[in-house]
Amino acid sequence: MSTTTPVTQGDVSPAAATTTGPLRISSGKGFRQRHGRTGAVWAWRLLLLVAVIVLWQVLSGPVLDPQFVSSPSGIAGRLGDWIADGTLWTNTWVTVQEIVLGFLLGAGAGALLAYLIAPLRVVWDVLDPFLMALYAIPKVALAPLFIVWFGIGTDMKVLLAAVTVFFIVFLNTAAGVHEVDRGLIDAVRLMGGGRRDIALKVTLPASMTGLLTGLRISIPYALIGAVIGELVASNRGLGYLINDSSAKFDTDGVFATLVVLSIVAAVLNALVTLLGRRANRWKPLDT
Amino acid sequence: MSATVQKAPERAAGDAVLEVRGLSKHFTKGDEDLVALRDVDLRVEQGQFLVLLGRSGCGKSTLLNLLAGLTPATSGAITYHGSAITRPRTEVGYLTQHDTLMPWRTVTRNVEMPRELRGEDKTERNRIALDLVQLVGLSGFENHYPRELSGGMRRRASLARMLCSDPETLLLDEPFGALDAQLRTELQGELLRLWQGSGRTVVFVTHDIEEALVLADRVVVLGQVGRIVLDLAVDLPRPRDPDDIRVDPRFVDAHRRLSAALKEGALR
Repeated sequence: MSTTTPVTQGDVSPAAATTTGPLRISSGKGFRQRHGRTGAVWAWRLLLLVAVIVLWQVLSGPVLDPQFVSSPSGIAGRLGDWIADGTLWTNTWVTVQEIVLGFLLGAGAGALLAYLIAPLRVVWDVLDPFLMALYAIPKVALAPLFIVWFGIGTDMKVLLAAVTVFFIVFLNTAAGVHEVDRGLIDAVRLMGGGRRDIALKVTLPASMTGLLTGLRISIPYALIGAVIGELVASNRGLGYLINDSSAKFDTDGVFATLVVLSIVAAVLNALVTLLGRRANRWKPLDT
Repeated sequence: MSATVQKAPERAAGDAVLEVRGLSKHFTKGDEDLVALRDVDLRVEQGQFLVLLGRSGCGKSTLLNLLAGLTPATSGAITYHGSAITRPRTEVGYLTQHDTLMPWRTVTRNVEMPRELRGEDKTERNRIALDLVQLVGLSGFENHYPRELSGGMRRRASLARMLCSDPETLLLDEPFGALDAQLRTELQGELLRLWQGSGRTVVFVTHDIEEALVLADRVVVLGQVGRIVLDLAVDLPRPRDPDDIRVDPRFVDAHRRLSAALKEGALR
């Protein structure tokens, strides 16, 4: 057989056949194939959630004491009351403000200091053990000190959240800076770049992954910092609502606040995930 | 001849571009020093296509790193047009053995980087980068990120980036080692076309005898710790067709001598 048989796999567009560019064909997958798995995962998540809620509702009362475990209907009722009288919005807003301010302050300071200190190897080596020691302190232990320094207002909660976030972002960004490929730095030097070019065009983008990891994992800690601050001393915020409800033996109120807290956390997480996608477009293609 | 010389017309052929005298390089590991190069002397003339031939681990890459000014020598002197090399110079382009494309930049943005660092106009450097991307056969991949390219394509993008700085001296460390034979021949031809009549000096490192003979004016065979085993002038006529040249008796003779020198170089 001297002739070659043309092999066709998918539709080859005429443009792709004539230019030297990448050959692009339709993946031949329908909407269901491309999104089917994601859809199934979401369906199962929803199913699991509904099952837990139904089970909780059924068991609460006949088997378990609602005084201790509350019940979905009780929680919904309490949330309804709080929405009606405005308690929910004012307190949630206070906590969200503390989280966001604390997060921005801590993350900003952490990232900035990491970029300033981490490239100076000697300074970093000197400071390293001290930083690790400070990082290891449970931030709750700082709460009493912060009350003395900053009072029991919003400042104390913001700073408590900020300190927690600071260390996580700082250490992750510094790790990112230290892991920059030596070859890339040399490449910029060969192109005649100076320290400034290396910092802006290599270190900064290369350590973006470290920074984003720091940002992502520090979000729950911003929330922890703010709520712990409120639990220790406050008269506003979601932490205060938990304290107040439990003092009145109001389990519905405690659980209702916990639900709100997890929603706040989920929203913040989603925001950072979006940010990460935007900044990491250069990562490998999805297979 | 002088009309085709774009670079430094005041420099005549035969002048030393790079001069290496008594060069040694040690790497400290624990309480021992590993000797990568010992007492190397080398003179590279203006406009010359020099191939450094040697087996793995003979210090070829170390020598190029030193010539590029990336690492300081332990002892000895390297001069570029008479002045000592202490740090990288923009007139010298260096294509390293490993890919150093910025993974967060597209092909075009990577290629234009040398001109970006010089602060050149955006549209102008973009135009030059696009021309070079086409030259190395990467049309259609202008906006792809390095990780979306094959190893050979990344190599070509790196070559384009080096050429973008328009260097007068090229240092190439096994630039075509990872490419398939076809592409290798194509890019060798492209490199020769760029070099011929431009007055540029090329120092090309390889372990492939045939590649050395297709490209070089002069082949220097390096043995252990950079010892020069053989310094051979290659007087094969140009242009050299890689397929025809193989049967040329002078090629066969040179091949035999280089092969023997490589074997000898492995001994200490």
